[in-house]
Amino acid sequence: MAAIELRGLSKVYPGGVKALDSLDLAIPDGEFFALLGPSGCGKTTLLRTIAGLETATGGAVVIGERDVTGVQPGARDIAMVFQDYALFPHMDVTDNISYPLRIKKVGKGPRREKAAEVGARLGLEHLMDRRPGQLSGGQQQRVALARVMATQAQAFLFDEPLSNLDARLRLEARTFLKKLQRELGVTTVFVTHDQAEALAMADRMAVMEAGHIRQIGTPAEVFQRPANTFVAGFIGSTPMNLLDGTVRGDTLEVAGCKVAVPVTAEGRLSDGEKIVYGVRPEYMAYSAAPAEGAFGGRVVIVENLGASHLVTLEAGDVSVQAVVPEGNEPAVGDDGYAVPRRDRALIYRDGDLV
Amino acid sequence: MTRFVLGRIGFYTLIAVLLAFFTIPLLWLVTAPFTSDPTYKVSVPDFTLDNFRAIAEHPYALPSLWNSVLLSAGTALLVVILAALAAYALSRVRLPGRDALLYTLLLLSSIITGTAAMVPLFQLAVQLNLIDSQLGLILILTGGLLPAAIFMMKDFMDATPKSYEESARVFGATPLQIVRHVVVPLVRPGLATIGVWAVANVWGNFLMPYLLLSDVEKQPAAVITYTLYTEGGQANLSMLSTFGLLYSIPVVLMYLFVSKKYGFRFHGGIKR
Repeated sequence: MAAIELRGLSKVYPGGVKALDSLDLAIPDGEFFALLGPSGCGKTTLLRTIAGLETATGGAVVIGERDVTGVQPGARDIAMVFQDYALFPHMDVTDNISYPLRIKKVGKGPRREKAAEVGARLGLEHLMDRRPGQLSGGQQQRVALARVMATQAQAFLFDEPLSNLDARLRLEARTFLKKLQRELGVTTVFVTHDQAEALAMADRMAVMEAGHIRQIGTPAEVFQRPANTFVAGFIGSTPMNLLDGTVRGDTLEVAGCKVAVPVTAEGRLSDGEKIVYGVRPEYMAYSAAPAEGAFGGRVVIVENLGASHLVTLEAGDVSVQAVVPEGNEPAVGDDGYAVPRRDRALIYRDGDLV
Repeated sequence: MTRFVLGRIGFYTLIAVLLAFFTIPLLWLVTAPFTSDPTYKVSVPDFTLDNFRAIAEHPYALPSLWNSVLLSAGTALLVVILAALAAYALSRVRLPGRDALLYTLLLLSSIITGTAAMVPLFQLAVQLNLIDSQLGLILILTGGLLPAAIFMMKDFMDATPKSYEESARVFGATPLQIVRHVVVPLVRPGLATIGVWAVANVWGNFLMPYLLLSDVEKQPAAVITYTLYTEGGQANLSMLSTFGLLYSIPVVLMYLFVSKKYGFRFHGGIKR
């Protein structure tokens, strides 16, 4: 078990592309940490640099108390699960799980014992003689996890651990993985492009964009108070409403409507200032009758989300979305009014949270 | 309707002629050795073994088959080892001009055929004291086969996902361990393909051993076939057919064995 620390970590590819731009990050011992971002943001490069599969061009990687920046991957005392699992197709499950021990020159007997023990823990006991090609995707994933557990490494790195599973299995695997990490207590960093996965599993997370970390925090912090408009737009299963507006005295003029100043921004705005008003569709109270401080407009789209509906209103020339509980949904073409919750709405000035 | 029937008849006649064209020589090859006095015709054999006795008594026939085995096995081994190492490096290390180098090698080796390079190769062999030496011949044959072998092998290496090796690397495997535990087992069908291809190439090669080996005791079967004449200078059909049969059997067996053992199967383990 060990903490991971990155100090001013940079990775510039020979072509001059900056994959990582001077990142600082501290992941305490035992934490389940998510690296989240759209594809091409550098999250996988960051994970591979921690693993040592990519060499940093600047800064340092510290695992435990040890600076491992120039150390070979095999000597960093970490273990990694690859996106495609990379189980060796010519070895059976036992040999795959015990491969790390074979490298450490552990004898055949203890090696098989350890593999059987870890395999049993992950429910693989009846599959130990199979080849990876004879396993389902979920079973392959568990073999990959077992192989990592057999190493008894200081830290685990998972590259998109769930992306190769079917949608239904992914939810089960999410719960399973979180439970397993909690039980093992090993510092774990995982990469994902799925914000729901990061919110659900991680203790803390970093949202990345173009080689920079845009926000670090717990899922609750990142969801409720996105530090900038990028994070605000990226997090959440329905995208946050981000609307241009102007401060008018002690109210705001947004999308042609008068709305109240959010609680967190009170007294911190000056008259006439241009701002971006952000509020999640989930934090809107929808009604068919006109209301004070509401976005009013014509309903153009109603999307079924299961237990609720996502209603898109056309307010002036912008679209505002609100989540409406089932049984209450309007018809397309109706007039609708959505009142944002003052304690959940946010104000962004030049892209950053006020 | 009649047009259709006539068309069918024409089609099957054509197929039959084509089939006969390829089958009759093979039929001759399996019947003639068992016939007392074979001619160019395919005839019903009288199942004599005299021809095999004659081959067994020939001073150079059977040893030449062994020479063929030595030459082709030695060449195949060298080609497989060198091509695998070169292809692995070329596949995994990014070098400027790597592809240009590969294509040039392949292009040159197919433009400058063995025949064209014969005189310089002969002189080189003389100067290196490798003339009339099986080792020298193996080296020259290896050199001839390597460019194409590297090219084919690189395809196999490129098709092998890197994450297998990276995974082993993170677990602490050294480069040699990675090659032994992971890369070689993964590209084994490729190695087998290159090996069979090299053996078949050397087995059927006449010109190189004919020019570079003058000692009849070192000559392979392909060259000895050329010497099976009667005193009158006529092709000795009974000896030729019998030796031809013995000469083809090992290659056929090798193909069967390798295709059964390796075939082209891929076991998975990478989720696509």
